[in-house]
Amino acid sequence: MAQSPASVAVLSADGIDVPSANPSTASSLDRPELIQQNGQREVFCGLTSIVWLHRRMPDAFFLVVGSRTCAHLVQSAAGVMIFAEPRFGTAILGERDLAGLADANEELDRLVRDLLERRPEIRTLFLVGSCPSEVIKLDLAKAAERLNHQHAGRVMVLSYSGSGIETTFTQGEDNALLAMVPLMPRSDEEQLLLVGTLADGVEERLTSLFQRLGIGLVRSLPPRSSTELPPVGKGTRMLLCQPFLSGTARALVDRGAQFVRSPYPLGVEGSRAWMAAAAAAFGIDPATVAAVLDPLVERGRRAIAPHREVLAGKRLFLLPDSQLELSLARFLQQECGMELVEVGTPYLDRLLMAEELALLPPATQLSEGQDVERQLDRLRSARPDLVVCGMGLANPLEAEGFVTKWSIELVFSPIHGIDQAGDLAELFARPLRRRALLQLP
Amino acid sequence: MELTLWTYEGPPHVGALRIAASMEGVHYVLHAPQGDTYADLLFTMIERRDRRPPVTYTTFQARDLGGDTAELVKRSITEAVARFKPEALLVGESCTAELIQDQPGALAAGMDLGGVPMVSLDLPAYSKKENWGAAETFYQLVRGLLKNQIPAPGFTKPDPTRWRSEGRRPRVNLLGPSLLGFRCRDDVREITGLLAEHGIEVNVAAPLGARPADLLRLPQADLNVCLYPEVAGPACSWLERSFGMAVVRTVPIGVGATGEFLAELGERLGLELDLAGEADKRSRLPWYSRSVDSTYLTGKRVFIFADATHAIAAARIASQELGFTVVGLGTYSREQAREVRAAAQELGLEALITDDYLVVEKAMAEAAPELVLGTQMERHSAKRLGLPCAVISSPLHVQDVPARYSPQMGWEGANVIFDSWVHPLMMGLEEHLIGMFRHDFEFVDGHLSHLEGASAPATAATAPQAVAAGAATPANAIASTAAGAHARLANSAAPAASQDNGAVLTAGSVLAGGGQALGLHWSASGEAELSRIPFFVRGKVRRNTEAYARDRGVSTITEEVLYDAKAHFSR
Repeated sequence: MAQSPASVAVLSADGIDVPSANPSTASSLDRPELIQQNGQREVFCGLTSIVWLHRRMPDAFFLVVGSRTCAHLVQSAAGVMIFAEPRFGTAILGERDLAGLADANEELDRLVRDLLERRPEIRTLFLVGSCPSEVIKLDLAKAAERLNHQHAGRVMVLSYSGSGIETTFTQGEDNALLAMVPLMPRSDEEQLLLVGTLADGVEERLTSLFQRLGIGLVRSLPPRSSTELPPVGKGTRMLLCQPFLSGTARALVDRGAQFVRSPYPLGVEGSRAWMAAAAAAFGIDPATVAAVLDPLVERGRRAIAPHREVLAGKRLFLLPDSQLELSLARFLQQECGMELVEVGTPYLDRLLMAEELALLPPATQLSEGQDVERQLDRLRSARPDLVVCGMGLANPLEAEGFVTKWSIELVFSPIHGIDQAGDLAELFARPLRRRALLQLP
Repeated sequence: MELTLWTYEGPPHVGALRIAASMEGVHYVLHAPQGDTYADLLFTMIERRDRRPPVTYTTFQARDLGGDTAELVKRSITEAVARFKPEALLVGESCTAELIQDQPGALAAGMDLGGVPMVSLDLPAYSKKENWGAAETFYQLVRGLLKNQIPAPGFTKPDPTRWRSEGRRPRVNLLGPSLLGFRCRDDVREITGLLAEHGIEVNVAAPLGARPADLLRLPQADLNVCLYPEVAGPACSWLERSFGMAVVRTVPIGVGATGEFLAELGERLGLELDLAGEADKRSRLPWYSRSVDSTYLTGKRVFIFADATHAIAAARIASQELGFTVVGLGTYSREQAREVRAAAQELGLEALITDDYLVVEKAMAEAAPELVLGTQMERHSAKRLGLPCAVISSPLHVQDVPARYSPQMGWEGANVIFDSWVHPLMMGLEEHLIGMFRHDFEFVDGHLSHLEGASAPATAATAPQAVAAGAATPANAIASTAAGAHARLANSAAPAASQDNGAVLTAGSVLAGGGQALGLHWSASGEAELSRIPFFVRGKVRRNTEAYARDRGVSTITEEVLYDAKAHFSR
């Protein structure tokens, strides 16, 4: 029966800073040399993660302090249109704000005052730093402190950076969660802490499965209500739902949480290993784990099977975008039989990715960062059967004859867990199926 | 600092991107941080383009800021020129790069670009917006490419009628069409065909589809047509000043404006054009608008918010060609605010100049329109308010780039406009039939409307009343003939209606009788008479009658009070 392919280890705070201590990374030495090119990076900035964060916490407001470009980016990434008064906005800097920071701070205070008056339901306000606010050195941490004082008891004001010069795409969530860590109450109560935004339905399902395994107390960061932050302490075992939470993971370890190492919960095997790692961390008998999860694994594999038929043997090229690329590559290779041509990632955190790296075939070509033109040259000469890329590249590549899957869907769709593995496979099989269906001249 | 929840226009460098992406052979090197590449999706997803926009972003990061970002700019320029071999190069910066002051234009000017003409763009990101950026970029590009051709001061202006003596056909430039502009692709085809019918050739259409070499040929035309002032205004003025080129500024949207456009062209070019009856021959709008089915369009209340060009055109078509009543007119184009204000004044309105969509939504609710003409954002607002809407302007959604030929300009454009504005409303014949059959038991109020979903709240509230009315008096004929008169009662009382925002916002609660809460009481006879009024005006009649009763201190609304109110409002 399915055994966790990853080494399961619960590391203490001391262990986390020493990735080389983990034997599972040793195999990475045999890999083809990592491609690291520095050129145009075709990625979103961290502001984009507001799109799912604001939906996760309906009592929070995300105020970008930036330019018209920031506002335009978030609305364009959010599906171009919004359907009501949104819970995110941009304080657009004007020439006066650039002329004097004192004015900018006063202006920000006024704007926040107006905003809070207009939106009394807001309980947490995130001031989100942008490229321009960082270049002019507008100190949003200090501004948050000042505003907290002004609006004490009414709203909690936090700050983080979502700027393109500091973050790519999903790193925005890492910074947002990192900003919440210091506010988490201290408790040494035994609990499993799921870290990273999941679709509400998926979260409920996973929580009930953990409880079936015998883990009584399961909490999430971010919580659904921004004011109900989970506690953290020595009894906390932390399981990352997403592979892009490097800063948050380290901060939680600093607050006493134990880091449960595992591949990420994408695909049947990854999700099983992920749940099994948590169970092991709670000393739960592997037989119990097998009893609960094996029927799910069986069903999950059946759900993947028809998509595997489409995907098996097909060659896959992943461009760097969401930071989910390594996990997706592992799933599509291991469970769907795809061949990996190149696996791009915006940045490579070898500690957080150790388990995923260990599961990738040794010959996998990885690339970190991007020079998009040269990467597209490699892509064109490799002629993969399926390309995973961002929205800016998908149609142009389709027009060149490539089959593509745009990656932004992966951060908005419920794809985590054993039960979603079939749906996840379907997302990749669909473009190939469609290409086979169309009989166009 | 200004709070923006949603913006009609992007930053000015997105306007520059629109110009670069619209043309062939132009490449844009943009000094911008990582993340600004999001703009590519505007073209590849919304415009569904089959290629990436021709932009190289420097995508600098924090670690570059400590080092030499100027070197990064130079490397990006060198690589872009080598890889893309552009015929003209644009060099500029986005908002963040503006702050670090690398001055990429000056850097490019100091480089050997192998003879590629380079235009440096200075687009102030903290005070200007997308359309301004597009107009400035087009102007700078035209000026940069043509600067060596500028005639010496005191030159003789070229005569737009010179084609005659030169023994050729007249030829004009069509300036302003661009990607992410509203239906530009089809407008260019429509206007090119329209001009061809009258023996006028298109010398260059730009920026859409033009190459830098085409811009060099601009002065060979007899005059410029400023099709989209938002984009082509400054370039047309510069060509007028520097080359003495005449400009035709009438925008041919609607049958009246299309006729005037042709007349203006004919006059400038010294071309005899026989335009008598052309509108009727070439467009169906005039006949469709005169046909009896369209009488129900009379006085329909229309709220318009768009870019200036499309807002002004829509106001004219609505008021003069379809017989609507324009109850609101506005734009987000501050550069053209004066023109929109003038158009509004002609209609007895005060123009709404704002880029805050919530202000627009509020104005929309207060105006109590029956049709909204706007951008994608007004479509969403209208949906929330339960109002029919047609999209007439950028900013675009992917559905505003239709597969079919669908211009706004010229004769066919007028046909497209007639269909797309009238279809969201209920057709006249249909409205008549609803009046005839509304007491049949099969009939469910509202379900025949073209306005999907919007009448749902009204349906719930009025259905019981309709049933009650059917049992009491099956007065079909009265109901249908009374519709016109009651519609007048409903429409003529706009000021009264607009005082009650809450009522406008939630049609359901209006119909359910908000009057009781205010100490008003409808007698059985009043209710019965009210129920005979067709459902689509019933809410307004109730509201206006209640307003009338309140004004006069009448607490019980009888059948007679209703008729008094009717007489009062039909004066």
